[in-house]
Amino acid sequence: MTTPLLEVRDLRIALDAGGRSHDAVGNVSFSIGRGETFGLVGESGCGKSITALSIMGLLRSPLSLAGGAIALDGREIQDLPAADMRRLRGKRIAMIFQEPMTALNPLSPVGRQIAEMFVLHERASWKEAWERAEDALRQVRVPSPERRVHDYPHQLSGGMRQRVMIAIALACGPDLLVADEPTTALDVTVQAEIVDLMAELCAAKGTAVLMISHDLGLVANMCERVAVMYAGRIVESQAADAIFAHPRHPYTQGLIGSLPLLSARSRHGRQKLREISGVVPSIVAYPPGCRFNPRCPAMTDICARDVPMAESLPDGGLVRCHHHG
Amino acid sequence: MKGGTSLWVGGGLVGLAVLVGVLAPWIHLTDPVLAANLMNAEIPPGREFPFGTDAQGRDIYSRIVHGARISLTVGVISQIANTLIGVTLGLTAGYWGGWWDDLVSGLTNLMLAIPSLIFALAIMAILGPGLTSLLIALGLTSWSYSCRIARAQALSLKSQGYVQAARILGYGDLRIMFTQLLPNMLGPLIVIATLGMGGAILAEATLSFLGLGIRPPYPSWGSMLSEARDQITTAPWLSVFPGLAIFFTVLGLNLLGDGLRDILDPQSVARRT
Amino acid sequence: MADALLELDDLAVHYQVGSRFQGGVKALKAVDGITLDVKPGECLGLVGESGCGKSTLALAIMGLVAPTRGVIRLEGRALGARPDRMETARTVQMVFQDPYASLNPRQTVRRTLADPLRLHGVGDKAEIEARVADMMARVGLRPEHADRYPHEFSGGQRQRIGIARALILRPKLVICDEPVSALDVSIRAQIINLLMELKDELGLAYIVISHDLGVVEHVSDRVAVMYLGRIVERGGWREIFENPRHPYTRALIAAIPDPFRRSAATADRKARGEIASALDPPPGCHFHPRCPLRADVCATQAPALEPIADGHLAACHFRDRTG
Repeated sequence: MTTPLLEVRDLRIALDAGGRSHDAVGNVSFSIGRGETFGLVGESGCGKSITALSIMGLLRSPLSLAGGAIALDGREIQDLPAADMRRLRGKRIAMIFQEPMTALNPLSPVGRQIAEMFVLHERASWKEAWERAEDALRQVRVPSPERRVHDYPHQLSGGMRQRVMIAIALACGPDLLVADEPTTALDVTVQAEIVDLMAELCAAKGTAVLMISHDLGLVANMCERVAVMYAGRIVESQAADAIFAHPRHPYTQGLIGSLPLLSARSRHGRQKLREISGVVPSIVAYPPGCRFNPRCPAMTDICARDVPMAESLPDGGLVRCHHHG
Repeated sequence: MKGGTSLWVGGGLVGLAVLVGVLAPWIHLTDPVLAANLMNAEIPPGREFPFGTDAQGRDIYSRIVHGARISLTVGVISQIANTLIGVTLGLTAGYWGGWWDDLVSGLTNLMLAIPSLIFALAIMAILGPGLTSLLIALGLTSWSYSCRIARAQALSLKSQGYVQAARILGYGDLRIMFTQLLPNMLGPLIVIATLGMGGAILAEATLSFLGLGIRPPYPSWGSMLSEARDQITTAPWLSVFPGLAIFFTVLGLNLLGDGLRDILDPQSVARRT
Repeated sequence: MADALLELDDLAVHYQVGSRFQGGVKALKAVDGITLDVKPGECLGLVGESGCGKSTLALAIMGLVAPTRGVIRLEGRALGARPDRMETARTVQMVFQDPYASLNPRQTVRRTLADPLRLHGVGDKAEIEARVADMMARVGLRPEHADRYPHEFSGGQRQRIGIARALILRPKLVICDEPVSALDVSIRAQIINLLMELKDELGLAYIVISHDLGVVEHVSDRVAVMYLGRIVERGGWREIFENPRHPYTRALIAAIPDPFRRSAATADRKARGEIASALDPPPGCHFHPRCPLRADVCATQAPALEPIADGHLAACHFRDRTG
């Protein structure tokens, strides 16, 4: 078996709140192969974004890594010194965020911000780096890149800024791109274009993608494998085709049943949406046993008592449920 | 501890000052004005007179205890006046906008450009010394801070969904300002008013020191300092004790303001829950 | 149509932006000539992306911004330059997107629901009490929670309070501005189902503003699609979703990620590039720079909204070209 590009084993992230430590994320394990696209789906507060930050080595107080291992190409990186981690970021792992405006430097032309990557990580001269920055903008299909390199972030639209972020992230040909809700702030038609662009560029460069989103449809559409997180744990992971066709965890089943999918009404008429009862639990008050049990239609005594183990499915997926069907 | 040390220490100091002022007639040793006795003039602090006596032989302790009434009255009343003026102008300016906002903002900037003490001096010079003119002078001259806060809050709150919802439900402008905007800006306004009270007490001391505030023989901490200035080398207790009273009261008000800011700031509430 | 609850006739709202000293004053045509109607008990879906003018349109209907041109008629009465806000309030209400910013943090649920009743002349204490309790029960809140403050509720429950506030005056039309997009995914179905139940129980008409086509298809009887201040297509939900005629509507539908990946054939329907600024919309058809069908005429002539079939209109020079 070959070493996966990224392997996360038993990740545990602690949140300090009011003098007590809570497990914001626990028992999270997954791996991503070279060039693979992997999606991490969940609602706000489920821990998907902080999982991404821990991979980047960017957890800050009150969050901290409390256990587990993160290996890149078989080499554990969770305890690397800050300076080594900095060299890794941008060069081998890159990240794009939901709101590009907060991630871009408002006082620097976007061309310079791209060029910086070549100077920093590849010791290119500034002159060469600027030329390559223009190429990078052309690759992300920014119109008239020779003029746009001189623009400041506020002069660009949201979609254009996200293109610039992608150009910066992919500048040094990283092995892994972590994309945290990359299109949530964008309009639907712009989102479609950005997602296509990301998929196309990453496929061409052989970059693996860890896509993080609340939108199961978007992730299933773009990724090869999908993991669903709920309340700090991965409850199910499957191939993207399978997760919509045969969701195994009651939470995933509930989510898919509750979405008003396009053209469902034309085919089946208007049906009442399946509701998931209750509310998303807060980190400081996770229920014991299976964390979905208070909202689960298949809940029995054991669910409130024992934490279900992750069980392997015959086709390579995983599910964490006492009663998975 | 909720609110932190500054809230408790500040609250304690201010509470003590208020208590002393309220209880003054019962805890004083002699009458602060009438009990002059030249036989007792300028006695250093000791058993009979804990804080010493002044040139007329009056007990400094009793005068400070009564001075708390004047200082706190000046602080509270002038701040109430400032807050009422500032909030009325700022709230309406922020909510209505337009020419009224331009006018109020211009006026606020003008007030901020003139040092409020100079302004108060001018008013005092016209009205003459005395407690009433002091209250008018201090109550009219430093509303610009609460005005700015109220205007900024109104500007940001008026685009909130619940303010829009109130308009859609048919609420009138005044009702919206009173029920939707004002309750949600009370926190920062209370903080500013508390901090401003310290400023007003200092301003009273300054004006009285300059001879424009409370007239002798009535004791205010500022007028006591003013009278003590010639004897600062020969009878230092005359200036030290009123000075300490001002220092601890203003310190207490500032700490209280900081402490209130921490618990009234909705963001800090959100952080805690 | 005399029986329409709401009629918009060539409604336009233009804002003056900029200053005389910096680049000159420009007219932002947020809403630019919209004709629409909503019948009692009907749900109109309003679809569009940022800058399309849907929020301004909602404000204009509520009487909170003055139209630059055109007429708004509520139950046949034209709203004048200074509409009677109390009258409007009893006819049209609104549900907001953000359940956190749309509730006054210093007011209990009871006060949020009872104050409007008092304001509109319901004086009897017992009646107010009964109507508050009844409304809370209808939206799925426990009446004994009436004295709680908003922060004691979850996002989904807050949205229920927002719905209760919109319905407390028994309006006939409710504008729902992105009613579920700020909610957790697992909560959305509860709120959508609730809105649909209330519509049937109380005979309400809705305008549901959303960018989520799945939601719009699920709830709407008729759909209008807006782009940069204009309606580009409107019709019954079935026509819009099964036989869309405007390339922008097609692009919107093609942009929805299809989890079953049936969409390999829709690549040529997708829109290119970015939405233009509403301050400086492209000439002719606003959509033409992004349109897969564009021809020379699109850059010079704005297409009119014209019928394709009964009740199905599209503003495209190539409205007859299917697929």
